Amino acid sequence: MNREAQLIFEVSKAGRRAYSQAPKPVADDKLNDLPAALRRQSKPLLPEVSELQVVRHYTNLSSKNFAIDKQFYPLGSCTMKYNPRGANRAAMLPGFLKRHPLAPESHSQGYLACLFELQEFLKEVTGMKGVSLTPMAGAQGEFAGVAMIRAYHEARNDHERTEILVPEAAHGTNPATAVMCGYKVREVPVNDDGDVDLEALKAACGPQTAGLMMTNPSTCGVFERQVEAIAKAVHEAGGLLYYDGANLNAILGKVRPGDMGFDVIHMNLHKTFATPHGGGGPGAGPVGVSERLKPFLPTPIVGQDGDSYRWLTDADLPQTIGHLSAFMGNAGVLLRAYYYARALGREGMLRVGEYSSLAANYMLKRLQQVGYTAAYPDRRASHEFILTLAKEAKAFDVSAMDVAKRLLDYNQHAPTTYFPLLVPECLLIEPTETETKEALDEFIDAMARILEEARENPELVKGAPYSQPVRRLDDVRAARELNLVFRPGASA
Amino acid sequence: MPYIPHTPEDVQSMLDAIGVARIEDLFDEIPAHLKAGALEKLPDGLTEMEVTALMAARARQDESAVCFIGAGAYEHHIPAAVWEIATRGEYYTAYTPYQAEASQGTLQTIYEYQSMIAHLTGMDVSNASVYDGASGLSEAVLMALRANRKSKASRVLMPAAVHPLYRRATRDIVTNQGVTIEEVPFCNERGITLLESLAPYAGEDYAALVIAQPNFFGCLEDVDALTDWAHANNMLVIAVVNPTSLALLKPPGEWGSGGVDIVVGEGQPLGVPLSSGGPYFGFMCCKQQHVRQMPGRIIGRTVDMDGKPGFALTLQAREQHIRRSKATSNICTNQGLAMTAATIYMSLLGADGLASVAGHCHANTNLLADKLCAIKGVKRRFSSATFHEVVIELPQSANLTLKALAAKNILGGYSLAPAYGFDNAMLVCATEVRTQDEIEQYAAALAEVLA
Repeated sequence: MNREAQLIFEVSKAGRRAYSQAPKPVADDKLNDLPAALRRQSKPLLPEVSELQVVRHYTNLSSKNFAIDKQFYPLGSCTMKYNPRGANRAAMLPGFLKRHPLAPESHSQGYLACLFELQEFLKEVTGMKGVSLTPMAGAQGEFAGVAMIRAYHEARNDHERTEILVPEAAHGTNPATAVMCGYKVREVPVNDDGDVDLEALKAACGPQTAGLMMTNPSTCGVFERQVEAIAKAVHEAGGLLYYDGANLNAILGKVRPGDMGFDVIHMNLHKTFATPHGGGGPGAGPVGVSERLKPFLPTPIVGQDGDSYRWLTDADLPQTIGHLSAFMGNAGVLLRAYYYARALGREGMLRVGEYSSLAANYMLKRLQQVGYTAAYPDRRASHEFILTLAKEAKAFDVSAMDVAKRLLDYNQHAPTTYFPLLVPECLLIEPTETETKEALDEFIDAMARILEEARENPELVKGAPYSQPVRRLDDVRAARELNLVFRPGASA
Repeated sequence: MPYIPHTPEDVQSMLDAIGVARIEDLFDEIPAHLKAGALEKLPDGLTEMEVTALMAARARQDESAVCFIGAGAYEHHIPAAVWEIATRGEYYTAYTPYQAEASQGTLQTIYEYQSMIAHLTGMDVSNASVYDGASGLSEAVLMALRANRKSKASRVLMPAAVHPLYRRATRDIVTNQGVTIEEVPFCNERGITLLESLAPYAGEDYAALVIAQPNFFGCLEDVDALTDWAHANNMLVIAVVNPTSLALLKPPGEWGSGGVDIVVGEGQPLGVPLSSGGPYFGFMCCKQQHVRQMPGRIIGRTVDMDGKPGFALTLQAREQHIRRSKATSNICTNQGLAMTAATIYMSLLGADGLASVAGHCHANTNLLADKLCAIKGVKRRFSSATFHEVVIELPQSANLTLKALAAKNILGGYSLAPAYGFDNAMLVCATEVRTQDEIEQYAAALAEVLA
């Protein structure tokens, strides 16, 4: 057994305990009123370890991760910018941490003030008329948005709208969300220049159209230039326009979705507002709406009465699509986003789109110079851009995935691979505004060297990575011989 | 410029490399009339010292009360190591483990989490967590509709004794797909769901029965009988459980003769602070045979090309980034950080430590209930055995009583007036962190309010 990958269960020893971590056991007679038939007969298998063993185990495990705090992390469409430490400390203040979600408003004014102001800030930067902070991730924001579109049509007794349009380059969550809201999905093709095929879109619009979900700048890393014509076509058909805020960082301070004609948007605060990704969550996906969708916003929302704040509930919003969680969504994430918004302020917010776009266009130009192929060479990059390695795959049998894995050996996190699906052998690269030019140059140098390696020694690239705790993993075995839970005596 | 590192020279050399004169030129594909204005409603930026002071003052405003509210979120002692480790940059600032070789820390932590939760619930498999307990229940309902091949109806049975906020979120999420939720009444005297209340549904086509243990009132349901009834009527069983309670109570995997099919619950009690309601995490487990219908991320143990053990995302063909409109759910995250904290918490406490916590919560809540019920006109609302939480009936309005207690900085419980129309009833809870002094203060304050 390789000691490095030992499970906490495998360092466990019967009878060992971290004694100071739990209260002393209660006397048995305190539990006599629990019916014997409802009691647990055997102890659950949890580790039996010392406090030091736990601290060492998880500290060592954490060190096996790439992270923004350690590496450049240019994961396209994920906006891996710096997560301010001050935001974490502020959100973990005792007054915030100990506040019960059902505490009365009299004991919640500090918290409610932060949330109310965040709602106002988000309205201003997006140009939307109402905001609800409660969705717990981008995908739940999407769900809330499409559910509001459904509620809007139903409130108008317009029951014939059964279809949501989605450009083929969209994130997988878009079609999955439309289905969760009870809609059929129709995909719309994208042109060779990365813009939506407007004629195909017009042809797809009709009395069955509930709405269109789109990302702008799109997942092709370019600004959709026909956005107004698209909005017109969908609106004329009676549909509503949904803005997926995955790429909001590109245009923050430059263009507002509300001004582009969108009816409903979600924002990924874990991208644009610098809250941590936490190894895959928690995020926060607030939604913003135009005037006509305000009555349908999900609750709770913070309202203001004179000098004090209160929760708006179903009584204030009788047409709300309702509650999406037990309480207030990912409250602690919202506080981190609030910190970020206050730290940036107006002048900081205006610069996010500018400097993230500067970094992306710089990298795109330099990577083209060292020999890589841009998927959309005639377009400006947004805050991200796509390289296609179709040529290299053919010439050297080296795939985009091989290059991604080799980057890990250069201590660079890989870009997003094979997304969007319509560009063959693609890498989607997003540097963000918080990386130094030196960091960008190091990545570009690594990419240049890998291209040389691909030419001269493709096997080297195809076998990468070599520097990580493990090499490429057997995904087929992982799916075929499912091992999802440690059981003593079972083979590893 | 906060967090933007470029010097003027950097900017100039980047612009030169691109071949444009100004940053503004990079936005020349955007129609000019769409450009945003000056964002005048935003305040000026602040330094770290200034934002911290502002937020610290806000946090202090909310700090003063002693809390006896539970109702799905519980104040427990959290060992210092839990968040010191969970907020290490290597956990805090990593992304979804799509590049498995560079994410073994996160991946192995999730595998260990899945193992611990599966053992705690007595189930075969677990996913990597969903948003929270309430939305987890909605996912479980949708999963049951997919997994129950014998059922053709798009409907489930939901006891009214299940947490009202869970029922609301589930209804608001699943009705978009035309799913019907049929509410089953509880016994007004005992506070539990009786087999006789289910009798009208015998032989009918429902995909699943939801069973909460303890239920929202803290009352203990006859889970074995309910589980067997559902299975005998071709329904799956979805258990909703408090993870702390499972150190002492029979795990759902052992309910009835065959165990339940799906388990969900709120993971917050396992080392996650109250934090105004989130971020928490929902845990979700199931029997092996249903694993391909489970939503969310799942980690598997495998080997690398040299045969070395390692961990990777698996069964991704269920997920939205592969299956798009045919995915089991649109969820594309888990609550990674909260789940990481829970894994560290469970490791530190172990089975015995968790049982101690559960035992103290139970004993403290009983002590609290006894002290409150010693006041004239105050009594337990239901006769069933309870765990961890109790419904108390007052001689007057619960809403007004709780308001008067809050004025004394005691958050006395959760009123059952809005959800159940029990105007004089409230749900109370005293976890292991509440001291005997605090419990006595509460009883004295209530006596004053009622006097």
